[in-house]
Amino acid sequence: MDLITIIFYFFAVLIVASAAVVVFSKNIMYSAFALLFTFFGVAAIYVLLNADFLALTQIMIYIGGILVLIIFGVMLTTRITGVDIKSGLMGKMQIGITGAALAILTITMGVMYSNVKWFTRDSEPLKDTISPIGRMLLTDYLLAFEAASVLLLIAIIGAAMIARRKKNIN
Amino acid sequence: MGIGLTHYLILSVILFGLGMFAIITRKNAIMVLMGLELVLNSANINFIAFAKYGGMNIEGHVAAIFVIILAAAEAAVALAIVLNIYQNYKHVNVDEIDRMKE
Repeated sequence: MDLITIIFYFFAVLIVASAAVVVFSKNIMYSAFALLFTFFGVAAIYVLLNADFLALTQIMIYIGGILVLIIFGVMLTTRITGVDIKSGLMGKMQIGITGAALAILTITMGVMYSNVKWFTRDSEPLKDTISPIGRMLLTDYLLAFEAASVLLLIAIIGAAMIARRKKNIN
Repeated sequence: MGIGLTHYLILSVILFGLGMFAIITRKNAIMVLMGLELVLNSANINFIAFAKYGGMNIEGHVAAIFVIILAAAEAAVALAIVLNIYQNYKHVNVDEIDRMKE
């Protein structure tokens, strides 16, 4: 067992356990906080895969942005003091069928993944990924980059328009 | 035996299964969003694992960045819609929002 293996299994167990808490916890607040550990674990997996810029982006956008938004959403739409913080499930029958189908899917995909002989290419890791990513964003993917910036602008305006309270016009 | 591509793919498929379970079975709209984030994260792990084991191909990283951008936009708009639904219905259960049906 070398160090990389130990680190990978540590974070894999962290991700799967906290994602299980997210999915199966009855209290939606616990789910939101368990999501924090899932995102951190995924960022660590990115570091293991030599994606340093992606790991930073993951922490800054997912944890600093999306998770905060989700916690805001939880706090604004559920009564913390009441009983209403529980997040309901469907009927037991449907849960059983869905769970069984997804478990079969997961196991099938896992077995399939382990049996495929992937064509992999060994390569020495880059010193940093930031400058190649920046070069690629401003050459090959320039149109997609600009489209993404326009999309973010539209999303900001749209979210602000939808979420604001309607003023009483009299 | 070191950590190879298969390990990352299996981790990603487990995360996908859990996220899909949350999307399908939960009633609360915010739980559905959390499941969606899990699914997007699993897709990103796949992108970056293939990018590393395909000879450190940076294009996988660029695709993952676009996934993160779309996830941020989606979370903002979806939570705005959820807040609006809460103002109208006083709950956010996705299976009871059926006023259009009547």
